[in-house]
This record gives sequence, structure tokens and C-alpha cells, in this order.
Amino acid sequence: MIFFHKRSWLLLILAIGGIFTYTQCTDTQAQETAMPDVIDYNYHIRPIFSDRCFKCHGPDANKRKAGLRLDTQEGAYAAFKDNPSMHAIVPGHPESSDAFQRLITKDTSLRMPTMSSHLTVSTHEIELIEKWIKQGAVYKPHWAFIKPVKSALPDADEDWVRNPIDYFVYAKMAEKSLKPSPEASKEQLLKRVCLDLTGLPPSLDMQDRFMKDNSPQAYEKIVNELLGSKHYGEKMSIQWLDLARYADSHGYQDDGLRTMWPWRDWVIHAFNSNYSYAKFVTWQLAGDLLPQPSKEMLLATGFNRNHKITQEGGVIDEEYRVEYVNDRTNTFSKSFLALTFECARCHDHKYDPISQKDYYSTYAFFNQVPEKGLFGTIDASFADPPNMSITTKDVQSILRFIHKKDTASVDVMVMADSSKRRPTYVLSRGNYDMPGPEVGVGIPKSILPYSNAKYGQNRLGLARWLIDPQNPLTSRVFVNRMWAQFFGRGIVKTVGDFGMQGELPTHPELLDWLAVDFQSHSWNIKRLVKQIVMSATYQQASSVTSAAQQVDPENIYLSRMSRIRIPAEQIRDQVLASAGILNPEIGGPSVKTYQPKGLWEVATSGRGSLMNYIQDHNQDLYRRGMYVFIKRTVPPPTMLIFDASNRDQCEVQRGRTNTPLQALVMMNDPHVLESSRVLASQFSREKGSVEEKLTRAFRRIVCRAPKEKELAMLKKYFEAEQASCIQNPKKVQKLMKIGEYKQDKAAVTGTTAAMMLTIQLIYNMEEAIMRV
Amino acid sequence: MNKLVKEAIEKEAMLATRRHFLQSLGTGIGSLAYGSALWGCSSGSKGQQASTRIPPHFGKAKSVIFVHMAGAPSQLELFDYKPMLAKFDGKECPQELLEGKKFAFIRGVPNLLGPKAHFLQHGQSGHWISDHMPHLATQADKITFLKGMYTDQFNHAPAQLLMHTGSARLGRPSLGSWVSYGLGSENENLPSFMVLASGGKNPDAGKSAWGSGFLPSVYQGVQCRSAGEPVLFIKNPDGVNSDIRKASIDAINAVNEETYAEFGDPETVARMAQYEMAYKMQSSVPDVMDISKEPAYIHQLYGTNPGKESFANNCLLARKMVEKGVRFVQLFDWGWDSHGTSKDGSVDFGLHQKCLETDQAVSALIIDLEQRGLLDETLIVWGGEFGRTPMQENREGQKQSFYGRDHHTEAFTMWLAGAGIKPGMSLGETDDLGYATVAGKTSVYDLQATILHCLGINHEEFTYPFQGRNFRLTDVYGKVINPILA
Repeated sequence: MIFFHKRSWLLLILAIGGIFTYTQCTDTQAQETAMPDVIDYNYHIRPIFSDRCFKCHGPDANKRKAGLRLDTQEGAYAAFKDNPSMHAIVPGHPESSDAFQRLITKDTSLRMPTMSSHLTVSTHEIELIEKWIKQGAVYKPHWAFIKPVKSALPDADEDWVRNPIDYFVYAKMAEKSLKPSPEASKEQLLKRVCLDLTGLPPSLDMQDRFMKDNSPQAYEKIVNELLGSKHYGEKMSIQWLDLARYADSHGYQDDGLRTMWPWRDWVIHAFNSNYSYAKFVTWQLAGDLLPQPSKEMLLATGFNRNHKITQEGGVIDEEYRVEYVNDRTNTFSKSFLALTFECARCHDHKYDPISQKDYYSTYAFFNQVPEKGLFGTIDASFADPPNMSITTKDVQSILRFIHKKDTASVDVMVMADSSKRRPTYVLSRGNYDMPGPEVGVGIPKSILPYSNAKYGQNRLGLARWLIDPQNPLTSRVFVNRMWAQFFGRGIVKTVGDFGMQGELPTHPELLDWLAVDFQSHSWNIKRLVKQIVMSATYQQASSVTSAAQQVDPENIYLSRMSRIRIPAEQIRDQVLASAGILNPEIGGPSVKTYQPKGLWEVATSGRGSLMNYIQDHNQDLYRRGMYVFIKRTVPPPTMLIFDASNRDQCEVQRGRTNTPLQALVMMNDPHVLESSRVLASQFSREKGSVEEKLTRAFRRIVCRAPKEKELAMLKKYFEAEQASCIQNPKKVQKLMKIGEYKQDKAAVTGTTAAMMLTIQLIYNMEEAIMRV
Repeated sequence: MNKLVKEAIEKEAMLATRRHFLQSLGTGIGSLAYGSALWGCSSGSKGQQASTRIPPHFGKAKSVIFVHMAGAPSQLELFDYKPMLAKFDGKECPQELLEGKKFAFIRGVPNLLGPKAHFLQHGQSGHWISDHMPHLATQADKITFLKGMYTDQFNHAPAQLLMHTGSARLGRPSLGSWVSYGLGSENENLPSFMVLASGGKNPDAGKSAWGSGFLPSVYQGVQCRSAGEPVLFIKNPDGVNSDIRKASIDAINAVNEETYAEFGDPETVARMAQYEMAYKMQSSVPDVMDISKEPAYIHQLYGTNPGKESFANNCLLARKMVEKGVRFVQLFDWGWDSHGTSKDGSVDFGLHQKCLETDQAVSALIIDLEQRGLLDETLIVWGGEFGRTPMQENREGQKQSFYGRDHHTEAFTMWLAGAGIKPGMSLGETDDLGYATVAGKTSVYDLQATILHCLGINHEEFTYPFQGRNFRLTDVYGKVINPILA
């Protein structure tokens, strides 16, 4: 056996983390060094307590040890039951604060956190706690539950700032001794704002127009034009569709067809019509409960029916019905409040003030739907009741934004409340068949107390509560999510968790200023978007200096613009649009484009119309990425590879991975090859030198003129390929057959094929799929 | 043994060539990336929580091959021998077994169904193995049974999710993802978690059974297909060969180098490295997935048939993968859901057919790993997501035309073999009718804890912070099954 070196040849160099990279680092920038003058409970102390103490001395009454809770002032200051002369915390006196003494004692049997917890508190943290107690051990409510107020704009470099956002950003930069980056080049700026507002690259015409316009308003003109574009609504919708877990199939085992796309068309319409966020949210949560609801209002409520629905025989009806109500409750809390309510489904929340009873009180709002856990098997319906039929007449009159393509009416699921109130019980350990005490409707009171008299006892009341100016969360959560969309990172990084275990805001005053400003300007979304893109912060260059990389690798302090790999759907859009073959239709039933063979067939229960993947043809092949059919159990592979949501549940933030599978898609996906072919064939009919053509392709795809060196490299590659292609007509024939887009026979030449490969190379440039 | 040595020498020579090739590939700027920028994110998460990543020391097992018979095979026809059940065949099921119980399809009072197989004891261990599994019977002394398995999910998808992710609901990382996350890869050319499915269909739980949940998506299992393209988009388009591809990747990365010079973004360097990796995978994956070059005696051993999708092929592929350092190989074979609603779905004929398709191959896997010295560093796990009832199924209260059993949560059998496991043991016992576990009760979490243990991972300490708390595969449950450990 001496010859048998098992695995001896393996390169034991890399853990997988080194092969793939994941750009969403989860580390907080630990600022261990500085000792602040004033210790703030929320920013300095609570993170330590929450992480190391609250599990046993926090909100969960069932897990509380020694009867001590440290998450409230009353609990921490109270005398011990078994020894009334002792207190966990005595304001001003660390020496008589037992909790503090337990942190510093040498006696390991007394020391906290216990040995068995594997948790420790650092020396710096102990010093912070000591100073905080000396300063009076002042407790404050969790930051996110305190109503935001606008603070005065801090001092900043008046030459740099363009709007209020910049004052806050500048002040933070100055704190860290960072300086803003210069303004981005016009080319970069145009690409950036086009991708961010419409998800489409600027056309050559638009590039020329913008480059020639030297007026001070040139950029603002473009911004206004983009905000008015029909594609603005598409771009804005994608995040909402993730959060609303929109899909074209029901999910679970059978995963049959559903027709919720008219609801998706409504979302696009709502963004394009600039519905206020208050209206947008109210209609979706409670459109059916508004006085004399219109069909449009009813359609909006489809939001709460987008969850998965089972069609599998043999399941227990109530178990699944309860699952749907849970899904609505979780989606509500995560998307509007950025709180993790689902933790309280089975027990009191371990960190946040959400009891299990609170959970079921919110659940009660969504528990009134006259629905079944299992309505019928796969062929029973594409839209289980309660539902609504949309006819051609509707589309011609009131619902003009729906892109219905034939005369058949289409059914969509909508919300309704039963006339007879269904009682809601706390479900022990979250089990559908273990009801405990009955509860009424409600919301955890530490957010904003819910009054039945003031708001009402149904979802409309819930919507009113949500947009109540006193609500500390609604505006902050939305503004933060929008911010993250443009900067790649929220002011609160954990966009789905504003709770105790979420991250603290990096720019708390800015977040609050924006939240109040948004709310007090009628929840005007386009105004907010414009505010963001008009800021100097947004218009900075995105180059990273090594100093900035050192001080701020994650770009928390925004001394440069972030570079972001564009989302999955937009990669497709970018490829098709730059080749000039994008079909700009808006809305309608989702489409099935090229997909490797056999994916659906191996994942089917053998029932229903989605058993086999039947690809569409012609113009349907070139629709935008957001219209690609999402079958939940087998989502489109190219989308998943680029981190799109599988729409299983509410998702407020996608991951951003960088993997070899992405390289394989860009190199081998027929869409990229076909687009390269079409563009190359078009060039074969156009006049101009090779350099001119390469420049044109480069500008369409990368949205800037190539540098001399880049052009030389491309030309060299083109020439080598040209020589080889001309030698090998068979290869040319094969290459130019990729994709169904009609091929002009005369263009099938070695030169065109070489151009096709060169264009494909440009698509594979890192910069091609980056929002710079 | 001569054949094997010859094969090994040939393989070494082949690999040496390839290694040289790969090394020369890595001399571009891409190779620089491995050292620096790619690690840009490794500074960990919040404070202490970062320390949960496993240090590079191993347990007895370096790799796992988890063979999941999706649909749930009947323990009563395979390993859990119940002569008493035969005696009461056709009698009404005692009321006390049914009270307060729920079944997927059984309604009212069903009749007991005697075992539809012949059992014999095998080897030194004296394991009872039915005549459905004659090949496995020859390996009896190498395997260890868990006959007291139970679960709390009686539908396929949730039970499979529980088995693989520790939760019946979606959203948790799978076992293989946890393991890849914790231990990384031993082969820079292949993903560390690979999945193969046979039986004509993916398991009911779909991709979530090998999903990465809240772990970074790079840890999700990469499903390879034994027919068609092994990894999606891995094949170059017609008209593009490997040389052209290499030239284009060099050109792409040369241009990307310019981009890096301008923006200084480490992501650009990472992207360049991914193009190199993609290129390596384009040769390494089809290579590992190609069984046609295996010698004839290997094909005879497994009963393989290159180019077709089969469980046998997947077993051979699993061996090839662990041999090349893949950390976790997940096999699924669909078709074990013997309800008795059809001939193919019966516990006599249908189950026998499934055994004919799989028995030889899975036994070959044990033999082949052992002869390569890999069995002592590879853990094999075999089983379904739950068990089957000792009662004949009576769907909708009707008599079935074929012998069949419903889903059953209270007792089922799994087996383990290889690294870290004491061979030839049997743990757990069911009552005389095979209805419920009465000794050696083993939960799904216990099994998961044990698998992690064999890999050198403490399941209670191996956590990942998500939504404000530390999650682990086994949630708050699970005990390592000490009696079966070597």
C-alpha cells in the first residue's frame, strides 16, 4: 500500500472561505479603544448586557435566573429578594453594585458570565460599565422605540455639502479624520444613477446627451427624467417583491401555478404613480377594510396572500392555516417594524420586549381570513379564496396598469375578514393544536401602545397605528431600507432587525432626520429618492484609497461611494439592454426564458401544469429579469446564483456573494452569448473601424469610453480570435447558432464571431456588472 | 490488491500532470488574491461569537457520505425483525396504540401487517437483515444499526428538513452546509458540499435540504447531475474549447486588473480569483463526475452504468468525491414511499425493486472505501426521514390493493458505518409489534450531534449568530450517541 497516497496530492491550502468570498461581513466595528466622556446606555452598555447578560437576566421570564433582570431600571435597581440589603446596580456606586462586583470577582464560582456560558466581558467593557454606574447608571428605552426627532444640522464643509444628508455624513467623516472623495466622473455618475433609478444602463444617446450638457442642472435633469421613467417603478418594486415573498407558484411539495402577477403589476404602478408610503402600506394591509373599497384597493391586499400555500393531500388543514397566519405576522413585523417577532411564536422573545402573548395579539389581526389550510389539490385553483376576478373590462377601465394579454379573466388572491370573529389563542410552543389563553388584537406596548378605541380592532386599525406620527419605527425602517438600496448598507446595517440584537445606527442623527423629514413630507417616496441621489455623498467617486481601505474597509463612514455588484435581475437587464434586444414591456404574466434542461422535471411531484418547463419564445425571451417565472421549489438558477431571493419567506436584504458559479453564468449562459452575437451582427452591418466598434460595444456595456490600454487589449484579443475563427468556419457556425434571436446569414463570418467573443469578454469584465 | 495499486499509480501520474497545470495557472494576479484580499472578511462577527468557527483539527471522520432513502424505507421489511408482528398479521391494531395518534393517511382502525420479507442473522454481529438486502448482509459486521430512531414529523418535506437542517421549517442551514462552514474544503478545485440525487426526482424538501439557510450562500450544497451537465453552466458553448476559454479568462482578468488599478476594490480581485476557480471547476468537476474511466472490476462491484442517472453511479461518484477531498456528499434516492397504493409502491414487490437498485451499490461503497483505506476517515450514514407503520395502510378507510405501510414517526432504523463508529453494533429496540421505540431512543438531533462529533465538532458549541442569537444545528436538543462510538 505504500504507493497509495490517499489525498497526498491535495492542496491543503485553502479553506472554502478563501475560494469563495462573501462580502457581507458580519462584524461590528469594535471600537475598543476610546473611552467616551458620557456613557450612553443604548450605545455603550446595552450592547454588552444584551449580548452577555440578557439571556438569563432579560425579558424572558421563564429563563430568568435568580429572579434578576438587568434589562429594566426597576429590575436592576431593586433589592434582592433573599437579601434586601443587596442590589444589582446602585447608581453612582460600582463598589456596592453586586452585578458589577460579580464581573470583577476572582472567584470563578461567583463570576459572571458563568464559566459554562463560554462568554466573557473584556476589561474595556468592564471599565465602561463602571463609568456608567459612576455616572448614575441611567437607563434609556431602546433607541428604536424612542420617537425620532430632527436635530440641528452639524457643521460641515459648506463647499462640499449639497443637502442636509451631507452635513451628517461630513460630521461623521470628520470624527474619523476622513475626507470626502472627489465627485465621480460624469460617465460614472450617469451609469450609477441610471442603474439605481431604473435598473437599466444609459443608452448611447443618453450618454452623449449628458456628456454634452455642461449646464449646472445637467445631472438634476437626468434625475428628473429617470424618476419619470416607467422603468423607475420596476426597479423600486424588486425589493418590495422580495419582502412580500412574491412568486408565481404556491410552494410546498406540489408547487402549482398561482396568478398573483396582477398584484405585482400594481406594485410597479404604485411606485410609478408615487403613491405615498402611507397609502401604499394602508392599501396593502387593509385595502379591503377601507370604506367602499375599489378593486384596486382589494388587489393591493394581495400582499398578505403571497405566502406559500400547500396543495398536498393528507395534511392537517388547521396546521397549515396557522402557518399562513404566522407567515403574515412575521412578514408584517420584519418588513414594517424591522423586528423579529417570529422568535416570540414559541416563547417570550429572548432580547426584545415582545412576549409570546404580544405575538399572538398581532397574529390575531391576520387570523380573521375566511381561508383553508388546504383548499384543494393542485388543479383546484390558481388563486384560493378569498379571491377576486379581474376581467378585460376592468383592465380597460379601472385597472389600466395590468398587462393582461388575453381575454380570459384572471383570479388573484386578496384579503378579507370573516364576519364572525375567529378567536385567537396563545399557541403553546407554537403548536396549532395546543391552544392556551385567548388574546385580543394588539402590538407590543414598548413600540407604541395600541388602543382599540383609537385605531380599531382590525387590520385597518393596524395600518393606522403603523402610520401614526407617534410610531417610532415605520418611517425609520423604510428610510433605512431605501438608504441601503443606494449605499449597499443601511444606516442600521441589520435592515431587518432594529431590535436589541440588531446593529446600532452608524449615523443616528441622520437616520432620525431623514425619518422625520420623510414622514412630514407626506411619506413622499420619489422626494426621498431624489434627496438621496442629489446629495454630495451619493455623487462621490467610488475609488478606494489605501488609507480609506485601512480606516474604513466597509465604508461605514461614506468617504467614498460604495461599489455594488448589481442584483440578479439587473444583470440580465444589463446584458439584454446593452445588446439592444431588451423587451421593455411592463408587467403581465411571468415568462420562461432559457434554462438548463430537466430542472423542473426532477423536482416535480408529478402533478399540475408546472411539471415540465415549457420555454417561451420570441419577444418573451427578452423580458426584464423581474418577469422571469419564479417557481418556488426550483427558482431560476441564474437568479439564485446571483443571490436573488427564492421567495420562500419575507427577505429584506439579499446576500452579496462572489462565486465561481457566477463566472460560469457570465461565460456560458445562452443569454450572454446570444446578446453578444446579436450586437456583433449589428456591428457587421455598421460602418467604422474595429476600434470604433469595440469602443461602441464598450460604451454600451460598461457605460464609459475605454481607456487606451483597455482598447488595445480588446483589439489584440479580437485579432487573435479573428485569425482563429477565419481558419475555423465550423466553430463560427456553431457559435453563431446560440440563442433564438434571428441571425442575419450574411453576418455569419469569422470576423463577426470574433467580435461576438470580444463582446462577451466585455460582458465578463468585473466592471460590467458593477454599479460603480 | 494489485489492480488497486496499479490504478493508484496511474492516477498519481495523471494528477501530477494536472497539478503542474494548475500551478502554472495560478501564477497570474489571481494567485496573489488567495493570500490577501480574499480574506478581507474573515475578521469575524460580533465579539465572542466569531470564535465558533472550528479550528482546523479533525475528529475521526474527514468526510461524510449521507445516503438518504427519500420517501422512507420500511424498517419492518429490512432490519427490524418482528416475528410477533407476523403472528398478528391481519388482526386489528390494538386500540391503545391508536389513541391520540395521528397518521398521514390511516383512518379508523387499521389491521396489523406482518413483515413481507424473510429475515436471517448475519456475521459475527448477528445482525438481522432481510433477504431484500443480500449484499449488505455480507457487510453486516461493518455496520451499526440505530433501531430506536424517532422523529416528530410525519410528512416528507418537513421530516426531511428536520433530518437535514434540524428544523421542520424552512430557513435553517443544512448539515452539509454547517460542516462546510466549520471545516472548509480540502480541495481547492471542488466545492466542499456536493449533492447527488437519483430515483427520477429530487427529495420533497427540494433544495432546502442542502440549502445554506442563514449561513453565507457559498456553503450551500452544489448539486451535480449524473446525466447532462454535471454543474449548471459548466460546459463551454459549442465552438469554444478549453484553450479558447483559457485565453478569454486571461484576457478578462488582464482587463479586470486595470479595473482594480483604478478602483482599488478588493471585490475585483475576488472576482478575478473566481474566474480562475471557475476554469478549474470546468475541468475538475466533469473529471470527478466521469466514471467511464473507472476499471471494469469497479463497475462490476457497484453495478454502475456510465452516462445514466442511477443510485449505483451516485455511490461510485460519492467515493470519487471523498477521495478528492469533498467534505460532505449527500445522496438522495427517491422512491421508498411504500404506501401500497400501487405495485411499485408496495412493501413486497416495490420495496424489493428499490433494494435491487441500491443494495449492491451501497454495499460496494463500503467495500471500496475500505479497500482504499478511506473507510476509517469517511462516515457513511444510511436511512430515511421517518419509519413505516406496523399496520397496513387503509387510505380513506378503504382496503388497499397492495401491501403498504403509512408514514410512522415513532420508530425507524438507520445505520452508520466507517469513521468514528464502533462496527457491528446495534442500538435501540422497538416493542414486539415494532410500533414504538422502547430502548435506546434516538432522536434526529442525537444523530446530527453524533455526525458532528465524528467530525470533531461539538454540536453545542458550534453556533452562528443570526437575528440576534446564536443558532446551532441541533437547536437546544441532541446528545451524542456514545455507545456506538469507536
